[in-house]
Amino acid sequence: MTALNSSQPFHPSATDRKPPSPSARRAPGVWGSLVFGLFAGGAALFTLLLLAGILLTLLIGAQPAIEKYGLGFLTRSVWDPGQGDFGALAMVYGTLATSFIALVIAVPVSFGIALFLTELAPAWLKRPLGTTIELLAAVPSIVYGMWGLLVFGPFLAAYVQQPLQNMFGEVPGLSTLFTGPPVGIGILSAGIILAIMIIPFISAVMRDVFEVTPALLKESAYGLGSTTWEVVWKVVLPYTKAGVIGGVMLGLGRALGETMAVTFVIGNMSQLDSPSLFQAANSITSVLANEFAESGGGLHEAALLYLGLVLFFITFVVLAFSKWLLLRLQRAEGART
Amino acid sequence: MSIALRDDIAARRFAARQRVNRIALTLALLAMVFGVFWLVWILWETLRLGLGGLALSTLTQMTPPPNEAGGLANAIFGSVVMVALATFVGAPIGVMAGVFLAEYGNIRGLAWLASLTRFVNDILLSAPSIVIGLFVYTLAVRTFHTFSAIAGALALALLVIPVVIRTTEDMLRLVPAAQREAAYALGAPKWKVILQITLRAARAGVITGILLAVARITGETAPLLFTALNNQFWSTDLGAPMANLPVTIFKFAMSPYENWQQLAWAGVFLITLAVLFLNIVARWIARERR
Repeated sequence: MTALNSSQPFHPSATDRKPPSPSARRAPGVWGSLVFGLFAGGAALFTLLLLAGILLTLLIGAQPAIEKYGLGFLTRSVWDPGQGDFGALAMVYGTLATSFIALVIAVPVSFGIALFLTELAPAWLKRPLGTTIELLAAVPSIVYGMWGLLVFGPFLAAYVQQPLQNMFGEVPGLSTLFTGPPVGIGILSAGIILAIMIIPFISAVMRDVFEVTPALLKESAYGLGSTTWEVVWKVVLPYTKAGVIGGVMLGLGRALGETMAVTFVIGNMSQLDSPSLFQAANSITSVLANEFAESGGGLHEAALLYLGLVLFFITFVVLAFSKWLLLRLQRAEGART
Repeated sequence: MSIALRDDIAARRFAARQRVNRIALTLALLAMVFGVFWLVWILWETLRLGLGGLALSTLTQMTPPPNEAGGLANAIFGSVVMVALATFVGAPIGVMAGVFLAEYGNIRGLAWLASLTRFVNDILLSAPSIVIGLFVYTLAVRTFHTFSAIAGALALALLVIPVVIRTTEDMLRLVPAAQREAAYALGAPKWKVILQITLRAARAGVITGILLAVARITGETAPLLFTALNNQFWSTDLGAPMANLPVTIFKFAMSPYENWQQLAWAGVFLITLAVLFLNIVARWIARERR
């Protein structure tokens, strides 16, 4: 492609009195291509600058908090805007705990869905069910959040939290997990809502990578007398391991950065007093959503921007790792075919 | 005797394997039912409570104070304005960057830029949207000392760009090289080949990507919280805070007032409807092409 442009003869000089030669008439094409190429390259550069800009502005904005607390910010558990004393531990815990609960629920379910869609579902059902799962991924998170607060929360309180308290309220150790008011708000409900949100993402990726498994491999296993489960567990899963983990990481990235679904149901209390799953808490995203617009500059705003930076860093690591794993699967696949 | 015993053991192991298989497949079926169950429940509640709160006044009246009748007209208008602005700004940049990746990415000397851009774009694609909000806040809101519709649209535009880049590149790569080569052989310059041959061939796919991006930003709340903020009144001033559906829903749903919650359900219903509609149209366009 470049050969075409560079092989153009140079422009005819001004002293050339002859009518414009064909190559002269093509000259605007060269300029057009140059300008167009610059626009395209500029747009690509823009995305690079965007990432750099996000990192830089967060760093500069968080500077007062970084200077005051340093990395110790991450291990301080106070968050008191009134006194002007800030630490990230409670929110980092909230973010990690809710995402962990979400993964514990979502990974097995997504695996089951992917298994069903690739091995079990009759052909006429595959398309509509797959589309349904993908549409579930498109529903805006505010819908999940509002549904979680007004419909699912009360349901969870009445049918899950109270029975759990009755069952384990007396058991030492377990009882601390289930203390607190069973009102359907807190880390557990936020984790469950996040799980419902990321199931479509993870199962869509798992289904796609399961379908990558060569039919020959699966048929060989079936030919040796394997059951469907054994084929999936011992042939398909090992073959697609990297892709499956990549998909899980993608879901984790979603869960870590999700704002609205969490803010509605987590209860918005920056505390770490009790390890109970029913206790109202805060995640990085929920505290940003609730406090940032009213922080009014100063150390409070800087501390919130520092939190944003921490969140961006965590998701960056998770996403980069997932992308690397998915790339590895693609390469392995390319090498084998 | 021993052979019979061995057969017996083999038969029992076979039965055990069959049992494990049946249990696993039943669990898979249950997982599928579990996944679909939530979708049905959420959509059902949205439909039931949303239609209950929906009236003609929802579309014609302004957002009310607590316990007074009103609608969502200013919020709907604000959302449409900001989504449209964001698409007009973000989509061309995304398409151009996608063109760069697909058409210039394998030129020697530019390959590193292309693969770096691809990586950064994937990071931006799944970066927390609230962080984009923080970025635009420090960039625009703090600089001009006011929350504004422009800042909101800018935050949304930054979310449009990565989606459009990804789909544009993927779709341009599907265009057969023979088409490009035929155009070059006729003497067309590169920009004409891209604009009039490859982009035109990939048109349906590119439009699908833009529609998916619009669907994504229609429901986005987090980046608007501290860029466009909210406004209780009708405003067409792009330099001032502007009402929008997601933030209004957030505020109304968290409130204890009955009529605000009802309006929030109506808003959630409208947003879900719009997003699902956009997604289905996008899929339909993508399928038509094949």
